[in-house]
Amino acid sequence: MSDLETLQSQILTDIAAASDEAALEAVRVSALGKKGSISALLATLGKMSPDERKSEGARINLAKDAVTQALTARRDVLKNAALDARLASETIDVTLPLRDTPADAGRIHPLSQTWDELTTIFADMGFAVAEGPDIETDDYNFTKLNFPEGHPAREMHDTFFFNPKEDGSRLLLRTHTSPVQVRTMLSQKPPIRVICPGRTYRIDSDATHTPQFHQVEGLVIDKGSHLGHLKWILHEFCKAFFEVDHINMRFRPSFFPFTEPSLEVDIQCRRDKGEIRFGEGEDWLEILGCGMVHPNVLRACDIDPDVYQGFAWGMGIDRIAMLKYGIADLRQLFEGDARWLNHYGFRPLDIPTLAGGLSS
Amino acid sequence: MKFTLSWLKDHLETDEPLEKLADKLTMIGLEVEHIENRAEQLKPIRIARVISAVQHPNADRLRVCMVDIGDGGAPVQVVCGAPNARDGLVTIFGPPGTFIPGKNITLSVGSIRGVESRGMLISGAEIEISDDHSGIVELPADAPIGASYVEWAKLIDPVIEINLTPNRQDATGVHGIARDLAAADMGKLKDPGIKPIKGEFPCPVQVTVEDATLCPGFALRLVRGVKNGPSPEWLQQRLTAIGLRPINALVDITNFMTYDRARPLHVFDAKKVKGNLTVRHARDGEELLALDGKTYKLDPSICVIADDHGVESLAGIMGGEASGCDETTTDVLIESALWNEINIAQTGRKLGINSDARYRFERGVDPAFMVPGLELATKMVMELCGGTPSDNVVVGKAFPDDRVIDYPLSELKRLAGIEVPLPEARGILQRLGFMVAGNGPVVKIAVPSWRTDVHGKADIVEEIVRIVGVDKVPMTPFPRGDNPRKPVLTTLQSRTRRAKRALAARGMVEAVTWSFIAKPHAELFGGGQPELALANPIAADLSDMRPSLLPGLIAAAQANHDRGSDDVALFEVGQIFKGDRPQDQFTAASGVRRGFASSQGLGRSWTGAAPASAFDTKADAFAVLAAAGASVQALQIAPGGGNNFPAWLHPGRSAAIQMGPQNVLGYFGELHPRALEALGADGPVMAFEVIVDRIPEGKAKTTRAKPQLDLPAFHPVERDFAFIVARDVKAADIVRAAQAGDKKLVTNVTVFDVYEGKGIDPDKKSVAIAVTIQPREKTLTDQEIDAIAAKIVAEVTKKTGGTLRG
Repeated sequence: MSDLETLQSQILTDIAAASDEAALEAVRVSALGKKGSISALLATLGKMSPDERKSEGARINLAKDAVTQALTARRDVLKNAALDARLASETIDVTLPLRDTPADAGRIHPLSQTWDELTTIFADMGFAVAEGPDIETDDYNFTKLNFPEGHPAREMHDTFFFNPKEDGSRLLLRTHTSPVQVRTMLSQKPPIRVICPGRTYRIDSDATHTPQFHQVEGLVIDKGSHLGHLKWILHEFCKAFFEVDHINMRFRPSFFPFTEPSLEVDIQCRRDKGEIRFGEGEDWLEILGCGMVHPNVLRACDIDPDVYQGFAWGMGIDRIAMLKYGIADLRQLFEGDARWLNHYGFRPLDIPTLAGGLSS
Repeated sequence: MKFTLSWLKDHLETDEPLEKLADKLTMIGLEVEHIENRAEQLKPIRIARVISAVQHPNADRLRVCMVDIGDGGAPVQVVCGAPNARDGLVTIFGPPGTFIPGKNITLSVGSIRGVESRGMLISGAEIEISDDHSGIVELPADAPIGASYVEWAKLIDPVIEINLTPNRQDATGVHGIARDLAAADMGKLKDPGIKPIKGEFPCPVQVTVEDATLCPGFALRLVRGVKNGPSPEWLQQRLTAIGLRPINALVDITNFMTYDRARPLHVFDAKKVKGNLTVRHARDGEELLALDGKTYKLDPSICVIADDHGVESLAGIMGGEASGCDETTTDVLIESALWNEINIAQTGRKLGINSDARYRFERGVDPAFMVPGLELATKMVMELCGGTPSDNVVVGKAFPDDRVIDYPLSELKRLAGIEVPLPEARGILQRLGFMVAGNGPVVKIAVPSWRTDVHGKADIVEEIVRIVGVDKVPMTPFPRGDNPRKPVLTTLQSRTRRAKRALAARGMVEAVTWSFIAKPHAELFGGGQPELALANPIAADLSDMRPSLLPGLIAAAQANHDRGSDDVALFEVGQIFKGDRPQDQFTAASGVRRGFASSQGLGRSWTGAAPASAFDTKADAFAVLAAAGASVQALQIAPGGGNNFPAWLHPGRSAAIQMGPQNVLGYFGELHPRALEALGADGPVMAFEVIVDRIPEGKAKTTRAKPQLDLPAFHPVERDFAFIVARDVKAADIVRAAQAGDKKLVTNVTVFDVYEGKGIDPDKKSVAIAVTIQPREKTLTDQEIDAIAAKIVAEVTKKTGGTLRG
């Protein structure tokens, strides 16, 4: 074995023995560094004859290539081993629990959700949304709506009043959103197609009544709308809102001062362990009142009842929300109990749409 | 309004079954609320004969009876405790499975003191057909053994209760209900007419009406020589069935007339009436002991009937005890009058009396029936009690004005969307008592006196529609037409909607709280003005319209805390009231955070959770503003404290959010401890409030296209600076000064560290900022960047007195 072969063999042995990248680097420096053993051999080439240089040069360079290759290979091995060793020490406890993201924790109140749902449905039918103040005049809340003087609703035991003004008039908290209908009729020319959602107030407090509640009323005024249209709209709404293919509705004659004829509407349902199923069963559940707008109301709003006609309806938003979502206790709606809101509330991204479904 | 089936059949000739009649009532607007069909319930009870009754071996008071129940089988053994259970007695028997209403039990086979008993022998009280609970029912010996008792005895009549709408006074009497059913083809109305009864002497009592607006008509008659006592069985049963207590024949007749004919009457014992009768306003200080045993204090708003003694009766509401009829009455004055509806309603409410008379008079009784009603009552009195009638005394108007409506036949199609041929419509109206003249296109319709609710064309449409059936009105599609599909929400409505979703997306939970709050709480938030205080609040702590959503939210958060949920983030978007005019009502978006309910999430976490801070609510407020489309860069933060700043916020940890010096959009920060104490809440609580209406409306967009995207060609450069500044220097001032370093090229400045403590003077702090410099036209050289950096340092030093940290 020549010296070169011995040297090469020694270096390769050292490379194989290097246990980490630092040791390997030391081997490289001792072989290929400026003062390295192979570098020293290469330096001797300059003093050789051309022939000798040619043959020796080739041999030395072969040895150098072998060493370089071995270094690279060994470096890869050591680098991977080092990475594996590092990764082996780098562990996390992947079972640590996540925190709810805010979007998961946040809730929309069932009343707001219901509000959005019904707005979506009626908007599709071409209804605009009108709103008005909670504090109203007796004129808009009662007189223009054909409530006679002395009607019990005008008394202190039914309606919240404010103290009389100097001129004797007294404001009140609206008992329905019908004053918004009045305001709409006084400010717009027919044809009119609006819904009026809003907060309403009556002096009533028991298991099924709260002193504040929410209503959505609808109003259509034009030259051709009649009871048949009213029935169709309410039927379409109920199917869409309760998300059922069919629903049986019963329209019963009734009485309200502001409509003539007046109807009350029941929907057929079955009660099953607190859950209400629509479109089946034996029970009739009253959900809304409606009728053709009373000629006296039209006149009070400067609309000629012999030229224009229309219909109106009103229903409790709280009530339909409770029916749809199986909410038992009305009073919980206004308690702000986080447990209740978490349970009955909706996620912020559950935005009702007709394309994607109201509640799915 | 309650009545029984057989009572209805006194007025209606019909073979229709109860169920069909009830359905029809509902569908013509007389909504059946409840049917109590005890006959159905008690059907299993049959007539039975006690074959033998022997002493129970283990109980002194019990007997073991062998009973023939008439089914042809072996006698049934029944243990019975009734003292009258004896051999041969014909009585009534309930087999196992029978519901016994008086005891609210369903019978089963049982063992009583060791002896098997297969059913029950029953007393009248146990099935609520009488008050008799002294023993089991005793029937005649020839009663058919095995027959259904209720059928045989014809004792129990289904009771129908209808939920009457306030317009239908005519249906407060069975006769009127029968008329409606007859109109709806459910049978034929029995209306034999009422014959006047000729008086045999002049009525000795005269009547004076002082105020005809309170009493449009008054009819009176004396019947002399009556014999008052218990009314006959049929009458007592009628009254008992609908929940009235039989008293004596004369009083029972008035109650009967009230329900039968919607004609309330009053009877005075003539011997207890002194002098003539006067209808007048009560006088201050007058009192009346009424028939309900209560004494009422009267005032001049109340209409009374008085004699020489004083007040004898509350007109149209309730009679007085002193002149009432009892078993000793021999001469009776029968009153049939008309009263002012509004006055009756007000008096009834004022005195708290809900009588059957008030119920009818406040709806307005049939004026034309005042005298016929008196005739009918006289007839009944004579039939049941004998006696000799006087002439009638009639004061005022006994007949109403005629009402005739010009009715175009097209009106039905116009309003209801259906067509009913004139003959059919005429038939319906005539059966209801209307008179129809002419053949169209416009007919004249006369309204019957009892239909005080019918005034115009629409009312006639309703009459026809309800009798034909609303279900006959076909559903008619209502197309939206070619109206453009524009958004229907107003700016405020869509801002409200977005604000809610934005806050919920920040982990907050939406609450809906009361519009009214306690006055001290309202005052704390700038409310409590006299014009916003309810005159009749439902409770002392729900007395004033809320000037802010925060008192309600803080109370709700505290309630959650009291239930053991400390970490709560609640928000509400709703109405607040700064005055009583429509323009004083605003929509606020507000929220509170307490405990570990921070923007990062709820509760503590291994990731390191901080308690909710003022900055969480600052972010909430900005989320609302951004969702509402406000330009957030244009907003200013004005630190709290000072005279005009809300006292409910911590002066050092709160701020106003403003757009310009005048328009305060809202506030955020930590609640003032004094405010929390006044609200009864534990702190700390973080809160914000944004008045959504105050956010300026953006310019209407002319195009939906977004502006051109400007992508710089050159790499941005970021430089960090740390400044030592006085503690009260605002970070916003440092940021603004840094931006002023080069208004064109400095595109972003962020604060990435604020440090106070070791190594820094106690009255100083270190604020570190990162400045982004965005070259526009060419890459910047190091010298150019250094020059910008030097200008930034110079600006910050000039504006804040800070020095670059070494």
